[in-house]
Amino acid sequence: MYRSHVLVCGGTGCTSSGSQQIMEALRTEIEKAGLQDEVSVVQTGCHGLCALGPIMIVYPDASFYSMVKVEDIPEIVSEHLLKGRVVTRLLYQETVTQSGVKALVDTDFYKKQHRIALRNCGIINPEVIEEYIGTGGYAALGKVLTEMTPDQVIQCLMDSGLRGRGGGGFPTGLKWKLAKQNEADQKYVCCNADEGDPGAFMDRSVLEGDPHAVLEAMAIAGYAIGANQGYIYVRAEYPIAVERLKIAIRQAREMELLGKDIFGTGFDFDIDLRLGAGAFVCGEETALMHSIEGNRGEPKPRPPFPAQKGLFGKPTILNNVETYANIPQIILNGPEWFASMGTEKSKGTKVFALGGKIHNTGLVEIPMGTTLREVIEEIGGGIPNGKKFKAAQTGGPSGGCIPYEHFDIPIDYDNLVAIGSMMGSGGLIVMDEDDCMVDIAKFFLEFTVEESCGKCTPCRVGTKRLLEMLTKITKGQATMEDLDKLEELCYYIKENSACALGQTAPNPVLSTLRYFRDEYEAHVKEKRCPAGVCKALLSYHINADKCRGCTLCARNCPNNAISGSVRNPHIIDQDKCIKCGACMEKCKFGAIYKQ
Amino acid sequence: MKSLEELKAIRNKMQGQVGLRAEDHNHTRVVVGMATCGIASGARPVLNALSTLVQEKGLTGKVAVTQTGCIGLCQYEPIVEVMEPGKQKITYIKMNADKAAEIVERHLIGGHVVEEYTLNSADIK
Amino acid sequence: MENITIKINGIEVSAPKGSTILEAARLAHIEIPTLCYLKEINEIAACRMCVVEVKGARSLVAACVYPINDNMEVWTNTPKVLESRKKTLQLLLSNHDRKCLSCVRSGNCELQQLAKELGVDDEGKYDGERTPSCIDDSAAHMIRDNSKCILCRRCSAVCERVQGIGVIGPNERGFATFIGSPFEMGLGETSCVSCGQCIAVCPTGALQEKSQIDEVLAAIADPSKHVIVQTAPAVRAGLGEEFGYPIGTNVEGKMAAALRRIGFDKVFDTDFSADLTIMEEANEFIDRVQNGGVLPMITSCSPGWIKYCEHYFPDMTENLSSCKSPQQMFGAIAKSYYAEKAGLDPKDIVSVSIMPCTAKKFEVQRPDQAANGVPDVDISLTTRELARMIKRVGLRFSELPDEGFDAPLGLGTGAAVIFGTTGGVMEAALRTAVETLTGQELASLDFTDVRGMEGIKEASYTVAGMDVKVAVASGLGNARTLLNKVKSGEANYHFIEIMGCPGGCINGGGQPQQPGYVRNTVDIRSLRAKVLYDSDKDNPIRKSHENPAIKELYDTYLGKPGSSKAHHLLHTTYVKRKINEL
Repeated sequence: MYRSHVLVCGGTGCTSSGSQQIMEALRTEIEKAGLQDEVSVVQTGCHGLCALGPIMIVYPDASFYSMVKVEDIPEIVSEHLLKGRVVTRLLYQETVTQSGVKALVDTDFYKKQHRIALRNCGIINPEVIEEYIGTGGYAALGKVLTEMTPDQVIQCLMDSGLRGRGGGGFPTGLKWKLAKQNEADQKYVCCNADEGDPGAFMDRSVLEGDPHAVLEAMAIAGYAIGANQGYIYVRAEYPIAVERLKIAIRQAREMELLGKDIFGTGFDFDIDLRLGAGAFVCGEETALMHSIEGNRGEPKPRPPFPAQKGLFGKPTILNNVETYANIPQIILNGPEWFASMGTEKSKGTKVFALGGKIHNTGLVEIPMGTTLREVIEEIGGGIPNGKKFKAAQTGGPSGGCIPYEHFDIPIDYDNLVAIGSMMGSGGLIVMDEDDCMVDIAKFFLEFTVEESCGKCTPCRVGTKRLLEMLTKITKGQATMEDLDKLEELCYYIKENSACALGQTAPNPVLSTLRYFRDEYEAHVKEKRCPAGVCKALLSYHINADKCRGCTLCARNCPNNAISGSVRNPHIIDQDKCIKCGACMEKCKFGAIYKQ
Repeated sequence: MKSLEELKAIRNKMQGQVGLRAEDHNHTRVVVGMATCGIASGARPVLNALSTLVQEKGLTGKVAVTQTGCIGLCQYEPIVEVMEPGKQKITYIKMNADKAAEIVERHLIGGHVVEEYTLNSADIK
Repeated sequence: MENITIKINGIEVSAPKGSTILEAARLAHIEIPTLCYLKEINEIAACRMCVVEVKGARSLVAACVYPINDNMEVWTNTPKVLESRKKTLQLLLSNHDRKCLSCVRSGNCELQQLAKELGVDDEGKYDGERTPSCIDDSAAHMIRDNSKCILCRRCSAVCERVQGIGVIGPNERGFATFIGSPFEMGLGETSCVSCGQCIAVCPTGALQEKSQIDEVLAAIADPSKHVIVQTAPAVRAGLGEEFGYPIGTNVEGKMAAALRRIGFDKVFDTDFSADLTIMEEANEFIDRVQNGGVLPMITSCSPGWIKYCEHYFPDMTENLSSCKSPQQMFGAIAKSYYAEKAGLDPKDIVSVSIMPCTAKKFEVQRPDQAANGVPDVDISLTTRELARMIKRVGLRFSELPDEGFDAPLGLGTGAAVIFGTTGGVMEAALRTAVETLTGQELASLDFTDVRGMEGIKEASYTVAGMDVKVAVASGLGNARTLLNKVKSGEANYHFIEIMGCPGGCINGGGQPQQPGYVRNTVDIRSLRAKVLYDSDKDNPIRKSHENPAIKELYDTYLGKPGSSKAHHLLHTTYVKRKINEL
């Protein structure tokens, strides 16, 4: 038995910042100090503070080290693990106070969080099934199989108010109920682990940090709807998640928590992995099933709905990873417990991936109804460099931008839709005054155009034309009629596309048009980009009064666009200028400005 | 796995270990002085005994065993401090593994301070 | 079946449960425009032309696949619907090479028709970048021009789901999507069988046969050439559609008149060599049965089927009859027997065929199809090309007199004319084989068990004390099903007829193109087949072995069926091929 556990994050973020090497060094140093029987090194999933990786926590005192380097390891081992003296300089600065060290759960980043889906992430070793069982794992499956009827399981979920965490927010219990009602010789339980929104990675974190929670929930789903086969459709670009899932499935099979006659109840359930090639559209349920069947990843017309005719033409339910991760806890703690969190129509918590212009980029799990202000200013630590908040983008390429006027809106499914955005899978990208909203809309459109499957006309051709129009605007070549044409085409695409990818593709354009029309108009009427982003509309100039003629700008211009003699004001040749901004960066006298 | 009992057995075995990683303000903190003086006078077996027993007895949900540096009373090492939320700190001195086991049984489980090992009793003498 | 009542545009309509909105609307005399939809073949709701408003629905829905349900309220003609359809067309047109004036489909292009009907007044509204595309002319029979493709996927659906081949499909994704073959192969490098069903269903000019009209007209204009033409049975049943006649009109007489006026030196009929095929094939069949040859014997008239067998069932090429197809038998006889009779050098004869088929363009180029040292047939045109040729030379088709074919290669029987429909070859062969084996005249010539449009038909007959089991399949998907049964031993037959196209030659890949809404609502195959069965019924000679021209050919030239001369001229060999191998 170990007196101390050193948890090192083995999620994708920390792995890429070197956590594997940290772990090796730790083990070596611990052995050198003769502590190998007292201190255990545990690889875990993600803690959420990915920007601060590699992350390491020493228990039982819960010292949270961030940005650890291999060189720091000998000191941590000799000082902290041996002598009990915390290496304060390496602690996450938020935990260091004047009076000493404060618990991680008391930091701004964590104190408003409530971790249900992520509860084991960063706590247990995802590659050891016993650790999952140690935190109550598979007890929910045991309870369901021995104490509850399938209808009671479904009722429990319905009472909990759990809604799909993958985007649409469809009530999970209802989805299961519909699939249970359809009699069939074979049914399927699928897990959507084809996370594709730019910047969203909560599903990857769950799979990497707590894969058994997903397996357990899928088995519960199988029992509830009458299915004995599950498929997890996971993108091949998540190699760590795939590996952990493989290990988890193998271990669960070895313990007979998957397979035949689970807990001796006669219930059979097994799970197989299917690797996706990373097409965004394969997150759409019918496209995902089409892909599992071995076909091109493209949506199928609905009806029939998957609950009637899904995978291989059989009744199928598909839930996303985060949704599943909530389910064992709901079974164990009861629907009332879950329903006590959140807002009237959105219960429980939601994981968000914070990104963009924000201090604490990473993963946070917050109760539904937390305001955008709390998320950005408190949990996220605000906007760096004293810049002003302009908008937050939620819902990825299907979502929209939320302006400051809605900063205090409680985040839930319906509120976000009402203000022209959506929950989506939980990406939250913060933008400040330096971001051009037309450029942002264009960014998301580029993604959608790239990821359209090409099946239906509105999405295949329509989004391409939208992108062309946006490009025209950012180049200052558009007219006010083009703006009308743009908006009209957006509504057409929403109404006419075959699947949700196309139907929501115009949202980034429509929401920015709604809240930032003045920026669009500035591009069109004044041929000006207020945020100074759109290159075609920018020009760099030298203020002759401020220029000292130091020649630094001229020497740094990659295109020889600046001329002037020493100690005399320089000028920029606009025909040659490529608008790289190098001159402005180099100028020590603030003499160069862009307009 | 053919029964819930099997699951429960694994859970009980693992619970103590995994419970070590909980972070809670309401924990009772048991701190062992592990500076050079402490280690020299035998603090490590004490720390290990405490940690193991706390896990074995399934107390990790309530008790955290950690080490600290020099407490400043080197002649009384090994020293163990027990800090229960809302109560006065109890300092046990000149500990060994057996005494530590007694502390776990009587104090941490039983709720009674083992007066004879405390710093207070030493002062009286 | 139970009926459901819904409201369309405020009017109550009762339609069978399970109907789509599109089908229910038809019952209310409303035609909702479609582009990608082909009933039971391509139900993917991709083009979005057929969108309608449904009360309570979040967005517009695709009428082609959306099932009706009780108390549904549908609007098919609101401003939103009409404007949406127009925009869909404008978007399609923005990525479409709009060279309508020079397009082979101008006038019967479904995209053009819809643009007209839906009032597209600005076809360039959404013009922008075009999907890069190139022309694939690697196959012997056809050209794909993706700059005119609207990605309806009818072609790939028919290739994969009807023919079971799947050598074309969508490549890339999004705006870069294009229809192509796997691994960047040209179509000619794949195991495409040249059936041309993809062309038959294409709504635009993206797919077309390799036109050889100019070559034919040049040969006719060359005084040193003797240009003869043969026309397959199914051509007369389809050609009229190109000139405004109802589907199922027999235009044999006007066709012969037109060919003569185009300038062919002789206008012959493939019916003649269809009868010849029966003589050889019946003889081969009897020989195989009596002498322990490979059974079942399978017909070899359909070049699409032959290539399919070579690619996908190479272990069954021994089952194929060694008889050349009627087209090739005709060519071999024309350049030998006819050349001798007419005193012509075979090298001076240009032998042209008019076929309902695109695979015939491939067949004329096959090795072992040049019995006289020159190709048996020089140029094979489709029914569509004939129609274009008639229009080009300025003939007012409907005003032409009805004329007959020239002797001697223009004489055919009722047995020959039904070659053009599924089951026809089997029926013709049975008429001759039964009478040959029994030596008695058949009481009834109608073998109705092998007629009709089912994909697979089976029958058994007692002939001269022996049970003869036969099967008929049309469409290559059906052929595969049947052959797999034969291979597994689940079924066994003596004689099988297989035609590459569903329904046989009347529905061949070279026949006139009918728009999707006609294909979805009219049984085109049965209407065209009826032309042939009527023609059979009206023919005083209905058995191949009673064709006097055929009798004379054997008496004066070939000797007996299966003679060494017949073998040299009329039989061929096959190759074993692989699937999609470069």
